[in-house]
Amino acid sequence: MTKTVVESLAEATPPRAASTIRGLSDRAIAWLFVGPTIALLLAINIFPLIWTIRLSFTNYRVNRPNADVSWVGLRNYERILNDPDIWMTMQATAHFLFWTIFFQVVIGFTLAWLINRKFKGNDLWTTLIVLPMMLSPAVVGNFWTFLYQPQIGLFNYLVAYVTGGSAASFSMISDVDLAPWAIVIVDTWMWTPFVMLICLAGLRSIPDSIYEAAECDRASAWRQFWTITIPMVLPFLMLAVLFRGIENFKMFDLVVQLTGGGPGSITELTSINLKREAFEKWRTGYSSAYAIILFVTVFGLASIYVKALNKVKER
Amino acid sequence: MSSFSVTEPSRRMKSFAAFMVIAYAIITLLPLLWIIATGFKSPSDAIAYPPKIVFEPTLEGYVNLFTTRTRQTAEFLAENPPTTWYEKIVAQYGMVIAGPSRFGERFLNSVIIGFGSTFLSVFLGTLAAYAFSRYRIPLKDDLLFFILSTRMMPPIAVAIPIFLMFRQLGLSDTHAGMILLYTAVNLSLSVWLLKGFIDEIPREYEESALIDGYTRFQAFYKVVLPQAATGIASTAIFCLIFAWNEYAFAVLLTSGQAQTAPPFIPTIIGVGGQDWPAVAAGATIFLVPVMVFTILLRKHLLRGITFGAVRK
Repeated sequence: MTKTVVESLAEATPPRAASTIRGLSDRAIAWLFVGPTIALLLAINIFPLIWTIRLSFTNYRVNRPNADVSWVGLRNYERILNDPDIWMTMQATAHFLFWTIFFQVVIGFTLAWLINRKFKGNDLWTTLIVLPMMLSPAVVGNFWTFLYQPQIGLFNYLVAYVTGGSAASFSMISDVDLAPWAIVIVDTWMWTPFVMLICLAGLRSIPDSIYEAAECDRASAWRQFWTITIPMVLPFLMLAVLFRGIENFKMFDLVVQLTGGGPGSITELTSINLKREAFEKWRTGYSSAYAIILFVTVFGLASIYVKALNKVKER
Repeated sequence: MSSFSVTEPSRRMKSFAAFMVIAYAIITLLPLLWIIATGFKSPSDAIAYPPKIVFEPTLEGYVNLFTTRTRQTAEFLAENPPTTWYEKIVAQYGMVIAGPSRFGERFLNSVIIGFGSTFLSVFLGTLAAYAFSRYRIPLKDDLLFFILSTRMMPPIAVAIPIFLMFRQLGLSDTHAGMILLYTAVNLSLSVWLLKGFIDEIPREYEESALIDGYTRFQAFYKVVLPQAATGIASTAIFCLIFAWNEYAFAVLLTSGQAQTAPPFIPTIIGVGGQDWPAVAAGATIFLVPVMVFTILLRKHLLRGITFGAVRK
């Protein structure tokens, strides 16, 4: 920074504007900068959340604005927790969460490990693998219903080709046994790259010197993998699982386009179920309570998980 | 790395890794290639068995995507022969073009809302991230956690009151409403990413600028902003991709005026169900820009995705 540049800038700045800006204290600038963000988040995130909490104690229905609204206390919550249908959707969500995370961790970690063998051109292939996760889940999910069509769908054709069966003999989307796997497959296809990228960051953060030291101690490759690679990547992997867990607990767009919750309500995940209650049956009070229960569940599980994660990191 | 390094994988291992990764990449790209190919198929080719890899490309899907068509009698078509190439395509099926479809508007809405909300969330996010990075703010950690936690809420959970609120304020189904909403959703990501980038800029740069007589404000936009430009650009791409892809809020809160492309594309109907070539054409126009972006800007994007993980 030379003096002359600053001087010329000082001359270029109108004196009044300069003095008013200079007049602002650091604290004032800090609040001026942070203020709008906090205000917008309060208006569009926190205020609606508080409104949801309030609605959850009423029997309000959006489609009947003139009906009497009465306080029903905790009745909405009681009804939800005693509703067997909701436990069904929770089960569907648990199945979806468990298997998507399982496959994404296994495939994602393997891919990251392979990419970290540093073969030529690995960054281009990494980018190509990442493509699915950058795309609109609703648009892509909708197109997967085409790939899943019996007979004409590419997925069915390839499966039949590999297994020697018939492409018309199964329907991923309308079969009660296959539909839960149809959504797991597409979610795994879409989000494995995310887990892969985070694992890759973890693998790249391990200094070579650790492996060199292990090599000096004559540790086998297998032993190095279990005592160096896995423990060092674990915090990253757990973070990836946290992100995927939160995202898939909220899952809506991809599955709604793929199966719409069907057949029956086999793949009706909680968000889809909630959308039905809130925007098709218009049970506003009831679905507000439902939303709060879901939010508390995610928040609670995530907090417990983060505690566990911090323990792993401390080791 | 020297050839003596013990951490350098063997050549055989490298070829094996390359083979596996490339095989996975090809399988994973098949659905995307299939979308692009289907967009250029005729309806009968699209649903042929076995699935056609080699086919005669046609722009039917694209014509159907951008137009609405009505059936006409043979006499009418004989009297009014089609003149343009797209009229000729439609005429094969005994149809005439009745007017444009709504895809153009929906796409334009996506562009307006996407860029509008990206600009706002990056603008506000940069200011907030700078303040969080450089100033003593009371309850800083709590505020930062609060900003992050807003991302844990399922969109449907806040959609009910937002729906009511927007209706009261006259924001439902407007560009302004959707821009504000997406900005709020993106702000958490934008503040966190940008704070990481600004934390990396040495404070000495600004301090020397302050000593040289810059005001705080000048130091911010003449010294910090240019340094953070790469970070700001990659944050902007993330915000843009989120807004571009978002579906839940769009389908719940918009209908006629401000609806974006993602809720629209799956509703493209032809004779007897979805018109797959037209759907695929719409998906291609909608998805390919993101793919190209991702490939061109891979260095910054990949860094951004793992940023949160690496920092913690």
